[in-house]
Formats: sequence, C-alpha cells, structure tokens
Amino acid sequence: MTLHIDMSEENLAGILAKAFRNRSFLAGFAITALVAAVAIVSFFWTPFDVTRLIIANKTQGPSLAHWFGTDHFGRDILSMIMVGARNSIAVALVAVGIGMGIGVPLGTFAAARGGFVDEALMRLNDLVFAFPALLSAIMITAIFGPGAVNAIIAIGIFNIPVFARVARAGALAIWPREFILAARAAGKGRTLITLEHVLPNIVTLLLVQGTIQFALGILAEAGLSYVGLGTQPPMPSWGRMLFDAQTRMVAAPWMALFPGMAIAVTVLGLNLLGDGIADILDPKSRRQR
Amino acid sequence: MTAYLLKRLAIALVTLVLASMVVFAVLEIIPGDPARLMLGLNASAEQVELLRNQMGLDAPLATRYLHWAGGLLSLDFGRSYTYSVPVIDLVRERVVVSLPLALIALALSTVIAIPVGLFSASRRGRAGDTIAMGAAQLGVAVPNFWFALMLIYLFAVWLRLVPAGGFPGWSAGVWPALKSLVLPAIALALPQAAILARVTRSALIEVLHEDYIRTARAKGLPYRAVLWRHALRNAMIPVLTILGLQFAFLLAGTIIVENVFYLPGLGRLVFQAITQRDLIVVESVVMLLVAAVIAVNLLVDLSYAVVDPRLRSRQ
Repeated sequence: MTLHIDMSEENLAGILAKAFRNRSFLAGFAITALVAAVAIVSFFWTPFDVTRLIIANKTQGPSLAHWFGTDHFGRDILSMIMVGARNSIAVALVAVGIGMGIGVPLGTFAAARGGFVDEALMRLNDLVFAFPALLSAIMITAIFGPGAVNAIIAIGIFNIPVFARVARAGALAIWPREFILAARAAGKGRTLITLEHVLPNIVTLLLVQGTIQFALGILAEAGLSYVGLGTQPPMPSWGRMLFDAQTRMVAAPWMALFPGMAIAVTVLGLNLLGDGIADILDPKSRRQR
Repeated sequence: MTAYLLKRLAIALVTLVLASMVVFAVLEIIPGDPARLMLGLNASAEQVELLRNQMGLDAPLATRYLHWAGGLLSLDFGRSYTYSVPVIDLVRERVVVSLPLALIALALSTVIAIPVGLFSASRRGRAGDTIAMGAAQLGVAVPNFWFALMLIYLFAVWLRLVPAGGFPGWSAGVWPALKSLVLPAIALALPQAAILARVTRSALIEVLHEDYIRTARAKGLPYRAVLWRHALRNAMIPVLTILGLQFAFLLAGTIIVENVFYLPGLGRLVFQAITQRDLIVVESVVMLLVAAVIAVNLLVDLSYAVVDPRLRSRQ
C-alpha cells in the first residue's frame, strides 16, 4: 500500500516536470485558464452593461473606450464576448458531462460483459453515428424549441457514443492484463474490477477525449446559436453575435471579427491542452476524432 | 473476404432500418397536426378530419411507418405540406447544389491535407512541420461559418472576385455556378483539411517506424518512393476512416454554410422545412442524408479490403 502511494507521488512529480516542458500543454493551459478567468470575471464585472442599449453608440469601430467596438444596439462587444464565454463554457461543459456520465458506464459495461451485450451496444453506437451530429442537433432544438438547455441536450446526446466507444476501446485493452487476472483470482466481480482497476487506467484517454468534445461542443453551440436555435437573446452568445454581424459585414466588420476570434482561440486552447495531456501522460496515445 | 463484406453490408442495412424508425418516431411525437397546420385556424373539425384521412394520418402507427418506409425505397417521399409538390422534386432541385458542394469540399480538403501530412511527417520536429501543424491546429479551431464570413468580406466585399451569396443555377452556365460554390467549398474544406492533415501525419509517422520501411530504404529505394508507395499506402486506413467521417461532417456543415451563402441546397431546404413544420420534407431529407452517411461508411469499410490485402486473404 505504501509502495503504491510512493509510486504515485513520484509519478505526479514526474508528470508535473514533463508538463512544464511541454509547449502544447503550457500554451493550451494558459489560453484555457484565460478564457475561464474571463468568464468568471464577467459574473462580477464587465467594462459595460451588456443589457443596456445605447443607440447613440451604435456600430462604433474599436476605440480606447470600446476595444472591440460596439454592435448595432450600441452594446460593447468586449463585454458581450466576456458574458458569451460563460455561456459557451457552460453549454459545452454540461454536454461533455452528459456524454461522459452515460457513455463511460455504457462503454466499460460493454467491455466487461462482451458477447451479445457488447455487440448490441456497439450497433446502437453505429446508429447514433449515422446521424450527422449537427443535423440532429438542429432537428432536436427545432422540434423541442430553441434555447440553451435544449442545445445542451442535443450536443450531449451525441457525446454519449463518442465516450462509449473510447471507454470500451480503452477497457478492452486493459482487461487481458495480468493485474486484472490477479483481481479476478482474488474473487472480485466485474463491476468492482471495472471501478478499481479499469477506470483509473483509462482516465487519460477520457480526459483527452473530454477536451476534444469540449472544443467541439463550443463549436456546436456557436453553430446552433448562429442559426438561431441555441442561446436566445438578450443573453449574449458568440454564435448569435456572428449572426447579427453577418448583415452588417460592410459597415461593421469588427462585429464579426472579434466573436469569431473568441471561438477560435478558445477551441485552439482546448485542443492544445488535449494534445499536451496526451503527450505527457501517454506518449503513445493517438488522438481520435 | 466475403464474410467480411456480408457482415459490413448486414450492419449497414440494420443501421439504416433502425435509423428510419428513429426518424419516424421522433417526428411522430412532435406536437402539431400537419392537417390543421395546412388548413389554418379557421378550418372546421370536419375539414381537418377529412384532410387527415386523405393524407393517411389517421391510419395506425405501424401502417403509416410501413407506407412511409416503402415509399422511401421507391423514391416516393410523399408531398410537401407547404409547397404541395412531391418531396422528390424539391430534393432533386436542391441536391444539384449540395452534392457538388460537398464533393468539391471533400476533394479540396484531400488535395490539401495529404501533401501537407506527407510534408510534415517527413520533416517531423523541424520548422516546416511545426509551422504546418500549427496552421492545422488553427484550422481545426476556426468555426467554418465564421471563416465563411471572413472569406465573403475578403473576396466578395473587398476584392469583388466572386459573388457574396446566392446561386445562379446550373442553367446559367457551369462557370458562374461553380464560381458561387468556390467560397462555400473553401469554407467547408478548411477545417476538414486541417483534421485530415493531422491524421495523415500521425498515421505516416507510425508507419515510418516499421521494419519494412527500413528494408525498403536499405534496398536502395529513394526516400520519396518509400514515402509515397510504401508508407502512404499503409497509412491509408486511418486516413480513409476520417474521410468517411468527414463526409458526415460535410453534409451537416452544408446546412450552416448554405445559410451563410444563401445557397438553395438540401441544408437550407431542411432548415426551412423545420421552421415551417413541413415534417414530411424534414423526414425525407434527414433519411436521405443518413442513408448517404451509412453508404459512405460502408464504402470506407469495403475500401479497407482494397487497401489492406490482409483483410482480403482472411476468408
């Protein structure tokens, strides 16, 4: 037992040392932390109130007062991007939570049982994969009504098979190992083995996939809000801001430039973070998309 | 080989049937009666009942499903509630926009991604690789509809090289029609190319470590020949898998990108149909897209057998 703890402490120090040398991880971590910080700050403070419309200030270019300019209602774009960050993160985070919460138990269960259960669950997975995710998300939100909650559910549903597949593949690679055999010989059941031995060994895989799905969730939320099915006004969202910008491209290009950059930077940060984690914890792991 | 093919084919068919049931069931539970929607608020209960009967809406669930699914097989999708024309006519009009768009985008992404992947893999860790993969990271992160807006600003508003949106139709000539598909295709292709380049690179790097690569080099084959003939071929399986997946992404991507460019394609059709509650159109187009995705994935499975002789020899 002591030996086990010693080893993990040594690993932790080693992992941290590797993390500080990994450029991808450092850049990704910095960007993600910045976006998260901006979202948190927006709860307490934004340069301007995003709900107050000052028509006299409408579509002003970037200036010292309004770094990113103002929109067609005179709202400060920087402030809207800050509040929008909150919204994007919340939607993507819950959607990843849904995917992991349902997908990982399904995938590990399929791997532990094998046979018919495994086959049936994987065919179910194929079924969900046959529906282009965005198309179905558009259908779901259109049918059950537009809004952030339905967007979360729509994106979350399509995260389930992704995590199920990754968890199953990871678990299948763990099951033939000797320490599993030892655990079985000790009389442990499949559920206990899955919890104690399989899950800790596939956490890296799940973490890396989590960052990928988080990034895809942010893109999907922006897409849904852009076509009017995601977050509803007056709550600012990055996708919606781009929709508003589209018809004003000639007069106010900054309205399109900055929200798009916010999305790209956030997704870039998450992807770099995922790459970094994969490199640090398991050099052999390949990212799946 | 035959067993492998039959198994893939069976899986594809089962998936298709299940998918049709899901689509039918989802649209079945939606609130709103199409008959009432068509007749408007002033219609009497008798009129609505008559139309429901004419449209076959009062038949039992299973009967309606079988009727609908049977219709799909013979390309009879029924009539649109809002346009009052056969759905197949609407689809035929739109598919000539969406399919070329998706194919151009797919071709464009492949043509960019494979050489970039080869370039990066053969210069692993050097400046060229770092720059190319940095660009790929950026490409993955950029939302395609925003990239589309930026392209419109640059090439349509500023440089005035191509139209900002709309589609003149193929009857206006191949060149004007193609010209209006250029920007949407680039917008769709960029993120896909970025993903594909990354996958190609990592698959190649994996393969380049293999013994047979060293053997090929040792027997005096030039590096370029080894890269193209031996490494690329063996790296094709993950690349093909991603290409298949990307087709699904492209189809879904067209929905949003067609909205950016006001292109009258399938994506815009399904989007308008959803807002107009024209369920029969939604059902049909979604089924068509799903069938296309399943067919492409089947093709990818089959192409594994072509690329990888080991799969062929396995009985």
